[in-house]
Amino acid sequence: MLIKSSRDGANPPLSSEITPREVYEERRKFIARMAVGAAAGSALWEMANREAFAQAPAAQKLAAKANPTFSTTEPRTAFKDATNYNNYYEFGLDKGDPAENAHTLRPRPWTVSIEGEVKKPMRLDIDSLVKLAPLEERVYRLRCVEGWSMVIPWVGYSLSNLIKHVEPTGNAKYVEFTTLADPKQMPGLRSGVLDWPYVEGLRLDEAMHPLALLTVGMYGQVLPNQNGAPVRVVVPWKYGFKSAKSIVRIRFTRDQPKTAWNVSAPSEYGFYSNVNPKVDHPRWSQASERRIGEDGFFKKKRETLMFNGYPEVASLYAGMDLKKFF
Amino acid sequence: MAFNPAPKQLSTIKGIVFVAALLPFLRVAWLVLRQVPVDPLAFITHETGDWALYLLCITLAVTPVRRLSGWNWLLKLRRMFGLFTFFYAFLHFMAFFWFDHFFDVAAMLRDVGKRPFILVGFTAFVLLIPLAATSTNAMIRRLGGKRWQWLHRLIYLIAPLAVLHFWWMKAAKNNLAQPALFATIVFVLLGMRVYWSRLKARATVRGQKKAPVA
Repeated sequence: MLIKSSRDGANPPLSSEITPREVYEERRKFIARMAVGAAAGSALWEMANREAFAQAPAAQKLAAKANPTFSTTEPRTAFKDATNYNNYYEFGLDKGDPAENAHTLRPRPWTVSIEGEVKKPMRLDIDSLVKLAPLEERVYRLRCVEGWSMVIPWVGYSLSNLIKHVEPTGNAKYVEFTTLADPKQMPGLRSGVLDWPYVEGLRLDEAMHPLALLTVGMYGQVLPNQNGAPVRVVVPWKYGFKSAKSIVRIRFTRDQPKTAWNVSAPSEYGFYSNVNPKVDHPRWSQASERRIGEDGFFKKKRETLMFNGYPEVASLYAGMDLKKFF
Repeated sequence: MAFNPAPKQLSTIKGIVFVAALLPFLRVAWLVLRQVPVDPLAFITHETGDWALYLLCITLAVTPVRRLSGWNWLLKLRRMFGLFTFFYAFLHFMAFFWFDHFFDVAAMLRDVGKRPFILVGFTAFVLLIPLAATSTNAMIRRLGGKRWQWLHRLIYLIAPLAVLHFWWMKAAKNNLAQPALFATIVFVLLGMRVYWSRLKARATVRGQKKAPVA
């Protein structure tokens, strides 16, 4: 039975039409059990439901003021989807692995060290980092290099607030972000897929652009572990992997950082990685994308927009050949 | 131990194998209809691709297992395994043709031409079509056993192409454990055939009794 609800958000259902969660979950379970029949063993049942969602623990709310200037009005991706479909290789290679394994991450206590070409290097604990500037909610499009996209309400503040706070020296040309790499908390580190720790970077002027968001929450609550708790960056005009998660170090450098994916496969993942429908990935087109939860079987993939639909960043790349600097 | 099922037992075995080979499809349909996978289209593509590869390996394993175990009746299951390989490969192709290109033949062919990993997979799929089409007893008779056998040796080309397709796709993320496993299995299964045909050739040269026919 396929019942698609309207997801455009313009016609919210009446509260009387909404089946309470417990009721529909029980109903689903009941129907499912009936269908499987008494004969099937519980092992088979587990196997069939391998893709089932992990249960999220109760989350901590996070107050933030909506910032409509930087927000899209497009329908938001369901929280359930945004938190159960993740690339976070430190917790496993499959999309469902992070939701399943990231409970081992301890997002508190947490400190972020700020180093390199700055006048005020410092170690900030997560609470002072959160309080450094007023929190805003911004609804951004997210485009993954794999060809899917989501719309996510993030909570944070412009990264420029932090950058101004630590006062980069005249030598600072780039900002490098390093993700935690603790094998005790991150089972995925056993795989040799990338050289850990995960490193990403931006040019200083990219990092100073107001759209670049230092992010501590999503959907009005603190970041779930699988989405990069307790602090990550979100750079909406670049492919998702540019937005480093669970950051422990921010370093200001003279030279372009050696970023994880660029080191791993330089011909496939450039340093810039701006969303660009005209520059294909060597093995697939980037001209279109599928919006998770919205574009289904009977809908053509949507066209990918230059800079993921954030033309205001174009001036950062004036005069650059974006085919060469992909 | 040469286990030899009676005709009735064999048809029971066939029935069980048929249902077992259909289960992955039913599982995918079940989960997609319940809207469990977050990206159902990617889920369908991955699952059908995986199962096409599993069944391809099983099909290729029939001859070596038969030779090593003496279970000659396994040969009677091979056609079904081969057809299920085609079934999952077809679903995999449809996922690409439907969801990625929305039945736009020109756009699909452009994509196939542009991207080697798709070209390789597409070639493997196209080569499977004549094998599936000539799987009936009537077609075997029409072609004649020898020609039919030559045609069906295309599988020795299809298998490496399918593994290469999978390898190339996974190489994007350096995640090569699975493709390496498939490559090893296909290499061993094809390698055994090469080894046996060498043995046979040597035996023939010496004028000795022929080694058993693969």
